[in-house]
Amino acid sequence: MAVREMTKLTLGPIAYHWSADARRDFYARIADEAPVDEVYLGEVICSKRAPFHEADLPATIDRLERGGKRVILSTLAEVMLKRERKATEDLAAMDTPEIEINNAAGLFARGKRPHRIGPFMNAYNEATIAWMAGQGATHVCLPSEMPAPAVAVATRAARDLGLRVEVQVFGRASLAVSARCYHARAHNRTKDNCQFVCEQDLDGMPLRTRDDRPILRVNGIQTQSESYIDLLPESPRLIADGVTHLRLMPQAVDMVSVASVFRDALDDRLGVGDAEVSLRDLCANVPFSNGFYHGQAGYQRIAMSAPA
Amino acid sequence: MSLAELICPSGTPAALRTAVDAGADAVYCGFQDATNARNFPGLNFTPDELEASVAYAHAKGTKVLLALNTYPPAGKVDLWRQAADTGARLGVDAFIVADMGVAHYIARTYPAVRLHLSVQAAASSPEAIRYYCENFGIKRVVLPRILTIPEIRQIRKEIPCEIETFIFGNHGLMVEGRCSLTNYLTGQSTNMDGVCSPASDVEYTRQADGSMSSQLAGFTIDCFGPDEKAGYPTICKGRYTAPHRPDGYYAFEEPISLNLSRLLPDLIDAGVHAFKIEGRQRSKSYVRGVVSAFRAAIDDIRAGRQANIANLVALTEGQKQTQGAFETKKWR
Amino acid sequence: MSIGADINPHAPRPGNAVVSRLACALVQPILSRVVRKIAARHPSLFARLGPHQRTDFLIDPVELPFALHLQPDPQALIFRAVPRDAAPPAGATIRGRFMLLLELVDSEEDGDAAFFSRDLEVSGDTEAVVRLRNALDDVDGSIAEETAGMFGPVGRAILARLRRAYPNHSEGPDPR
Repeated sequence: MAVREMTKLTLGPIAYHWSADARRDFYARIADEAPVDEVYLGEVICSKRAPFHEADLPATIDRLERGGKRVILSTLAEVMLKRERKATEDLAAMDTPEIEINNAAGLFARGKRPHRIGPFMNAYNEATIAWMAGQGATHVCLPSEMPAPAVAVATRAARDLGLRVEVQVFGRASLAVSARCYHARAHNRTKDNCQFVCEQDLDGMPLRTRDDRPILRVNGIQTQSESYIDLLPESPRLIADGVTHLRLMPQAVDMVSVASVFRDALDDRLGVGDAEVSLRDLCANVPFSNGFYHGQAGYQRIAMSAPA
Repeated sequence: MSLAELICPSGTPAALRTAVDAGADAVYCGFQDATNARNFPGLNFTPDELEASVAYAHAKGTKVLLALNTYPPAGKVDLWRQAADTGARLGVDAFIVADMGVAHYIARTYPAVRLHLSVQAAASSPEAIRYYCENFGIKRVVLPRILTIPEIRQIRKEIPCEIETFIFGNHGLMVEGRCSLTNYLTGQSTNMDGVCSPASDVEYTRQADGSMSSQLAGFTIDCFGPDEKAGYPTICKGRYTAPHRPDGYYAFEEPISLNLSRLLPDLIDAGVHAFKIEGRQRSKSYVRGVVSAFRAAIDDIRAGRQANIANLVALTEGQKQTQGAFETKKWR
Repeated sequence: MSIGADINPHAPRPGNAVVSRLACALVQPILSRVVRKIAARHPSLFARLGPHQRTDFLIDPVELPFALHLQPDPQALIFRAVPRDAAPPAGATIRGRFMLLLELVDSEEDGDAAFFSRDLEVSGDTEAVVRLRNALDDVDGSIAEETAGMFGPVGRAILARLRRAYPNHSEGPDPR
């Protein structure tokens, strides 16, 4: 790949219920070793989990900033209960760090003060992005199910309005959220009495079809793809189309190495083929997919033709 | 007390006439394309059909609500704008929208036409609803099927617009407008194409022992024993296995219908303005039966009479039905 | 009453080859007349079929000695009785009790409910079947009554007798 020092690598918010200790260790390593430029923190999926790591947040922010990373706080995707409304309002009131909004309740609270638009905000098109830009959005993360032509058009429109544009290039895709907790349900519990069973599944709880084919992952109220999105081979095209930020979602693999592979590929220290081999090694048996981007079924892996 | 309008599904012109004749206060429908969330084969309206249908409905005092409740992908926004232009020209009484760009276009271009916020916008808090009201002049919000009655009552106090809730039909589980499950397996998107578990990707396979499996795009969504009722392979209604559930279980929910007939008086009391019956993809016989029964019940309640709830409960007799989240948050 | 058990495709069907061919020959003129009239009265039906105007539908009333082959192409409409052993390869097959099929045509029964219960069996192209159902559902009134009406009082009497002979089916849940 050509030199892309302008392109930022970001680390999305942890979608899973990793323990406070695991998070501390994870972010310490990210701060010291991972070649990512920006890190999103905060609980996006389940408001019940937030108390477990909220107390550590200031220290984590400090640690990451000392490591040279820009920190952004992400708001909840689902806002319904009082505590969720309060959490969203509190985040929206902050001046620093930057915030990424994932629910219209956050947009309401934020008013016209600058903010980022998260992947749950359904910024699918130029009309919506233009509206959001007029309301103070400075940065938009596109929905991961968008196909390449739409990504290109949306990106051009956003860049023309002065917005930065982010696309998820690694990790499980968020496919659905619900009011109901499917982790609790699997253990015959309700959401209010979940006893945090989701902490057992660091990379989501696998669902298989009844003829034993892996299909989806459950993460509390969220349903995710079984496959990891991998748009490393597509990154040059994303960048050529004007995408400024490439998002890696934290999975239960060596994320420092994953980030390094992406950074090395972006900076031409590693060819795409070798980078793909490295990524494959880091992710054991997890299937990779890029179907959404190619306008195919999301789970599919479409082979890229060799660059000319 | 609210007016308790009855909002009824219309998948075809014939279904629309059926709903109007059965006493709908308003019908909702869509065009034959990606601009609405029931873009199913053989369903929906051409502009000519909509024109005739609007005339039929208006002659009988029934309103027509046009669903433009999907999310245009970048580069295709014109299709949604043209649909809005057509709807405005034909005199629909309101647009049901989800996308901010679409809402902004209509609010600016047709300020005299009512805007309703679709359930596809997933506005489930007073703040989210107020965002849409203050920015796009939304007159009514269709609430997600995830709120309890006390929560609805509280929301009512904090928002400046009317509330519409689902009372009967398919029980959606995922937050609408945030679901890419279908696109993950089939390459067709619920948000961008208005498609959910498309029939073109559905296959039923019967085994020699009489059992049957239903597949979506080659993925087995469920298996049924010889005497078990088979279901349509909707991903969120399938049976799967998990590490703790080796036998196959409904990971998301049992196949079940929403029926809030028992809660009707409470919902009216909570300030719900309009009740929505799900099912644009259902037959005329469904529309006729369900709309007539709810019409009678709502008229009774409006007139201060005891509604014959038994008739409504009987609509789903013999099947599993639920009051979902409306009754208790234990559902979550 | 469950009628699901006997629509198994592996179950024997009524009508040996001779009876079946004889029955086909008898009903064919009636079918041709019916379908031409229905098509002429309800032209909008074809638009809803979209690309499936050319699909071969096999409608298989399990207790009759023959099946029905439908190709709803307005330019070259086919609706004919065929012996099961001579049925053409079908794009979509709908199999069930005759009266249930008749009710579906009329939207008396909620097709959605029956389609995916065991009362009715759908194989082949599911989209074709869904389109056919939605197209038929957009027809006002009763196609069965219309058909019976073409044959005057005798036709209506036969339909009434048929309806009495079958129990009512209750509606199932919505799968789609």
